[in-house]
Amino acid sequence: MTAVTTLVPPSAVSRRVGLGATIQQTFTLAWRSLVQIKHNPWELLDLSIQPIMFLLLFTYVFGGAISGSTGDYLQFALPGLLVQNALFYTLSTAIGLNTDITKGVFDRLRSLPIARVAPLAGRIIADTFKQVWAFALLVGFGMVLGFRVTTSVAGLVGALALLVVVALAMSWMSVLIGLKASNPEKVQMIAFSAMMPLTFTSSALVPSDTFPGWLKAWSDVNPVTHLADAIRGLLIGGEVADPALVSLLWSAGFVLVFAPLAIRVFRKHV
Amino acid sequence: MRYAIQAEGLVKHYGETKALDGVDLAVPPGRLLGVLGPNGAGKTTAVRILATLLSPDAGSASVLGFDVLRQAHQVRSLIGLTGQYAAVDEMLTGVENLVMIGRLLGLSRSESRQRAKALLERFDLADAGGRATKTYSGGMRRRLDLAASLVGRPQVLFLDEPTTGLDPRSRTELWGVVRGLMADGVTVLLTTQYLEEADQLADDIVVFDHGRVIASGTSDELKATTGAQVLEVRPLDAQQLELVAKVVTDVIDEEPELSGGKVTAAVYDPAVVPAVVRRLDDLGVVASELTLRKSSLDEVFLSLTGHRAEEPADQEEVLV
Repeated sequence: MTAVTTLVPPSAVSRRVGLGATIQQTFTLAWRSLVQIKHNPWELLDLSIQPIMFLLLFTYVFGGAISGSTGDYLQFALPGLLVQNALFYTLSTAIGLNTDITKGVFDRLRSLPIARVAPLAGRIIADTFKQVWAFALLVGFGMVLGFRVTTSVAGLVGALALLVVVALAMSWMSVLIGLKASNPEKVQMIAFSAMMPLTFTSSALVPSDTFPGWLKAWSDVNPVTHLADAIRGLLIGGEVADPALVSLLWSAGFVLVFAPLAIRVFRKHV
Repeated sequence: MRYAIQAEGLVKHYGETKALDGVDLAVPPGRLLGVLGPNGAGKTTAVRILATLLSPDAGSASVLGFDVLRQAHQVRSLIGLTGQYAAVDEMLTGVENLVMIGRLLGLSRSESRQRAKALLERFDLADAGGRATKTYSGGMRRRLDLAASLVGRPQVLFLDEPTTGLDPRSRTELWGVVRGLMADGVTVLLTTQYLEEADQLADDIVVFDHGRVIASGTSDELKATTGAQVLEVRPLDAQQLELVAKVVTDVIDEEPELSGGKVTAAVYDPAVVPAVVRRLDDLGVVASELTLRKSSLDEVFLSLTGHRAEEPADQEEVLV
């Protein structure tokens, strides 16, 4: 027996991470993503100001022209803005993950004896929390401007739940982009060029009735349209079941396609 | 187990590039192995394999007797890693960065805070502990990064080019820290492009080039391997440099190197010194400096690889 063997009896070194430890590690890493907000108020501002700016801009600049009155438009558009914001925000997972990889933080975490899933799970939990915060903020501010939930509290909770489910499904794509992109700026570019046309060619911000035929046809199959319709139905009344079901099917499709891809790339990293 | 770190026949390819082409390493407990080599020599790839971040295409490696592939989790609980880039979360404060690691390693909240405080004091960061690390200087980040890799009290520490990009003062400070760790009995594998760094810190040195170990030994052993000593002659009158070069060429029958106002040549027979002196005297040349010394690691490197260590290599280090 040499000095080293006595220093490290194999029995003293744990072989794997237990469930309790995995959960604790996940929450530590979620805490880490959220505490950043404290030191970087800009991120919080970015998270809060951008949707509010969109809300004001669309309501007061386009609202009258689109719906005849800003009040009517606000009632129509807020659910759509909630969708747009939630979809944009799923990419913060990609940006955060990619920043960790390029800065070497991801390697540091991987060199620690922690559950392999903890860095990813922690980040997604933190991002979900931020989604809820952005939702509350946007609805709250909308109410100050005159938006009213005309359905019920259950409708409001349902809308939040549906957005969170869709966002979680989309975070698989986000993880894939985050692992693959060469730098965070590129993630932002991919996000912008994919999300912008998707939301603007849907019924999220304008009624699609005035679209030319081909665009209307596209808009009708655009997943953002279904999601916006479902959220609208949940908040101000209208059809819910069908568009919500289609949105959930889209989410399932997203998971089926992107989860295996993301896991494969993640495994290679881990 | 004789070695704290052991690797046999490590191979790693990236497409056509052979990052590692059959590398063996062995570091006894409590020693510091310096892995010396230019950019792209495979140093980082080797560290990443040993730190369980990368699987080799062939070969095996163990840390404190645990296999890096099959017992990766055990290896991770015994090692600390400081990579080439200061891997600290820029948005968090110094304290928060260390507390996060402590919590991840299973320390309680108060234990984590105590450990963070102790490490920040040790690394002269106590005053900056409450600031976001994006406000830190390069040297401070590296020190915090090193502190982060010590939270778990590792027995084996991997330092991958820990001083690259640091100013000379920060570099010397970091050397002091590494020496302190050695005093604690930690086994260290340190990669560096700087010969002086390996000379200063390492007990043993291996020289990497193109994914292979091309030489190993202590600093003195390596310096002796070239079998040569170095003759340096500086004429008092700089005009006579060419003349001195000609004399040296005649005596040792080889073209010497001319730089910095002096003539430098590798010599294998100490008897050439009096011969040179006699010839210079005959020609009336006064030497302001005439020395015979052991080769520096730099010259060892040059003679081993045919190029100087700091020369940019033809391929970049592959990072995956």
